[in-house]
Amino acid sequence: MDVFTDPKNFDAFVSGFLWILKLTGASAVCALVLGVLLAAMRVSPVPVLRGFGAAWVNIFRNTPLTLVIFFCYFGLFVTLGLSLSDDLELNIYWLGVIGLSIYTAAFVCEAVRSGINTVPTGQAEAARAIGLSFAQTLRIVVLPQAARSVVAPLGSVLIALCKNATIVGTIGLMESSNVMKDLINSYGNAVIPIFLVFAGTFAALLIPTGYFFGWLANKLAVKR
Amino acid sequence: MSTSSVLYDHPGPRARIRNTVLSVVFGVALLGLVYWIYTKFDQAGQWEGWLWKPFTDSKTWTEFILPGLWATLKAAAVGMLLSLAFGIIFAVGRLSDHKWISIPSGAVVEFFRAVPLLLMIFFVFYGLPYVIKQPVTAFWAVVIGLTLYNGSVLAEAFRAGIRSVPGGQSEAAYAIGMRKSQVMQLILIPQAARAMLPIIVSQLVVLLKDTALGYIVAYPELLQRGVNDLSANYGNIIPAAMVMAVIYIIINSMLTWFAGWLDRRSRVRAFRVPKQTTPAGAVDSTPEGGATVAEPQG
Repeated sequence: MDVFTDPKNFDAFVSGFLWILKLTGASAVCALVLGVLLAAMRVSPVPVLRGFGAAWVNIFRNTPLTLVIFFCYFGLFVTLGLSLSDDLELNIYWLGVIGLSIYTAAFVCEAVRSGINTVPTGQAEAARAIGLSFAQTLRIVVLPQAARSVVAPLGSVLIALCKNATIVGTIGLMESSNVMKDLINSYGNAVIPIFLVFAGTFAALLIPTGYFFGWLANKLAVKR
Repeated sequence: MSTSSVLYDHPGPRARIRNTVLSVVFGVALLGLVYWIYTKFDQAGQWEGWLWKPFTDSKTWTEFILPGLWATLKAAAVGMLLSLAFGIIFAVGRLSDHKWISIPSGAVVEFFRAVPLLLMIFFVFYGLPYVIKQPVTAFWAVVIGLTLYNGSVLAEAFRAGIRSVPGGQSEAAYAIGMRKSQVMQLILIPQAARAMLPIIVSQLVVLLKDTALGYIVAYPELLQRGVNDLSANYGNIIPAAMVMAVIYIIINSMLTWFAGWLDRRSRVRAFRVPKQTTPAGAVDSTPEGGATVAEPQG
């Protein structure tokens, strides 16, 4: 394990995982907001909004994330010249956040939409009967109840997002998988410990997260 | 709740006007955005004929896109077969009565579900050669990575499927004198497999998308051949990426549609895997593909 006692390598390891956490955090917030909006569009009375939501989901759910990230870099940055930060690394970071957010939003949208479907019909009917508009029905009656049943699916979307954050490494961010690749190339005699440390860190982060969301979903589940 | 109409009243005259106005406003904004992107790409010269001309040339297809597509499908097919085997073995292992089998199986499944695919592909491609003292081809790096990850996801899906078979089935089988292995092989797995078919197919979509990661270890799949190599020859990276995206979307949409069809078909059968607590009225509740287990991975 002398690979990680070298402070240079240890710093690279820490900063790799910090990038992953930063990517996950920022993208999770953006994807959640965007995904709920898309789900609201998909169930709205306006056909154009429904079509837009459906198109978004079908396009981004069926495109490999690698290609989405690739497109953010070569399309948004290289071709359109969209520069989000003067710092090269931060710029790649924000491009990665955009790619991860628009991709993950499609999955959030589908999770929320199936959550809306678990709310009994009577709830929305009662809301309409007392004269609530579509926006009020959704905001006050349906979404709060749907939120409880989407905890588990959103938990697995979050876990997938954290793992997907490594794909931003393909456009050159020194996140954990790139750090691991470099370490493997420099320390050919210690590849198994290196892999176990990196994979183990992910497992230590994500397995408890999975159990936490399972516990939370159980706690919040509506007993019907 | 069927989302089509329960959330809002049947539109009257005022609501209809409001909906039309909203449609027009949003539609115009959307067209504006599309036009803005179009002009931006136009200023960058991305719509020029010579960038798109290669796609009308048969050589582009026979030398770059079709071989790439073939490599993608080959990796996905081999990965899927191995994942299915991995999934069945570890699902059965985790359900075993022997603690010394079920605990390690559970640990393996939980571990590989939590490790990013890219990390595994890097390990197999760059790290494993140091251990086994011979190079690993990019194809096997991709396939092994895909197998470990998707196999673990499928193992959990199978386990849920096997446990969802009504208890009376295995009790009846034990009653007529079957052994544990017979009950599993002849009674539980066949019934579970049928109920799990939609999830298996939607996992195939995930797997097919994940083959795109092969591009990072220079496996000549669709992204590598169609975007990288093609644009290295013709200098048309954006048009190439657009065309490849369309190809991926078409293939995956077909698979998603197929998964949805299987799901609707198996719904009419006797029993199926319980999803979340769906009330009786929710016939069209699942999104296409019934992807409640499948996780979005690149």
